[in-house]
Amino acid sequence: MKDMITIHVEDLNGTVHTVEAPTDMGLSLMEAMKANELPVKAMCGGMAMCASCNIILQSDHELPEMGEDEEAMLDEAMVLDVPNSRLSCQIPVTENLDGLRVKLGYLTDPEA
Amino acid sequence: MIETDIIIIGAGPVGLFTVFEAGLIKLRCHLIDALPQPGGQLSEIYPKKPIYDIPGYPSVLAGDLIDNLMEQIAPFKPGFTLGERAEYIEKQDDGRYVVTTNRGTVHVAPVIAIAGGLGCFEPRKPDLDRLTDFEDHGVDYIIKDPEKFRDKKIVIAGGGDSALDWTIFLADVASEVTLVHRRQAFRGALDSVEKVKNLAEAGRVDLRTLSEVTTLRGDSELSGVSVTDLKTEEVNEIEADYYIPLFGLSPKLGPIKDWGLNLNKESISVDTFDYSTNVPGIYAIGDINDYPGKLRLILCGFHEATLMVQSAYKVIHPEKNLVLKYTTVSGVSGFEG
Repeated sequence: MKDMITIHVEDLNGTVHTVEAPTDMGLSLMEAMKANELPVKAMCGGMAMCASCNIILQSDHELPEMGEDEEAMLDEAMVLDVPNSRLSCQIPVTENLDGLRVKLGYLTDPEA
Repeated sequence: MIETDIIIIGAGPVGLFTVFEAGLIKLRCHLIDALPQPGGQLSEIYPKKPIYDIPGYPSVLAGDLIDNLMEQIAPFKPGFTLGERAEYIEKQDDGRYVVTTNRGTVHVAPVIAIAGGLGCFEPRKPDLDRLTDFEDHGVDYIIKDPEKFRDKKIVIAGGGDSALDWTIFLADVASEVTLVHRRQAFRGALDSVEKVKNLAEAGRVDLRTLSEVTTLRGDSELSGVSVTDLKTEEVNEIEADYYIPLFGLSPKLGPIKDWGLNLNKESISVDTFDYSTNVPGIYAIGDINDYPGKLRLILCGFHEATLMVQSAYKVIHPEKNLVLKYTTVSGVSGFEG
């Protein structure tokens, strides 16, 4: 079993950051990005109660199905209609996400 | 003009607890917050979430923690300027600071404690033509004084707790209440959803799900909105004195960055000796500050507030010495008036 996966994150300036994330620490994708000091606002801390960890999936990895809270939050923040839009706090870092490519949504901007 | 010892910017848990610790050493406080109610994120974002790391509470709901803090600080009679954003800080000739809000309320004190969390909450605004033209002319994002809506026709949009709670509340106040929500399901407390459905069945609320407000009408004042059914694309015209979009709030650092304070990204750099900023008499505590080893936890903010007021005391009363008193010995004696 692979205990570290690689994730590629495109920030709001278009720069792609390649980071590693452990699969055995119960991290969410949001936490893995924050642990690597990527600029993700993630205000509510992972409760699916804001949308400031919004990402757009760029690769064809299969993500866990969206829960009701996540869907409602994305809708309220007006980013549900963006194709492949998700809350990174609701995506656990698992082995099958190795090589994942995501783009940060504009709501992640700490100044936004 | 409001005069006090410490102006606290931000009425979240850390700002509120500052009132208690300041009160124990006979300092008076006045809080300013952009939100219409105290509690910051805890009231606005997650009032029903349990918090497990408050010492002495195995579990406490965020909303209950705020209620308890309000009770705890009540003897010290704090002042509140709510629903207004602290905008400008100036230093007077006598050394005291003047804090002015976006609504022009003026506060004066020798010490400022910034407990601003992640900044001031600003409403998420829908993308509608003429929306900003109607702000304060029929469009409101936060509700400060519900009486304003008495016998008026109002249209609320949103699907969270605030949209549901205000729909329920205003059903008894306004002449007509329409609730418009893009989805079928609501993201709020189940009993609130139930109440809104009952009000709709009783004909007291016009509930329009899978619908969206798409146009605002009126000359200088709002007179109506168009509501589009997202399935059939049918458009209905509704008369409205007020349109209240409640799509949640998101914090922005806002004016804090213009106050001449040393910042590290979006946080205010402080000295951990007393959580002072680079400007004498201005402190920063809680989630808004930054120092080596900083953890954004409520309990750390409580500690910071406690040390901070000791230093503030020396600014306010340079001639006096302070002796630490225990509440077990001295109790809590509040202010008379």
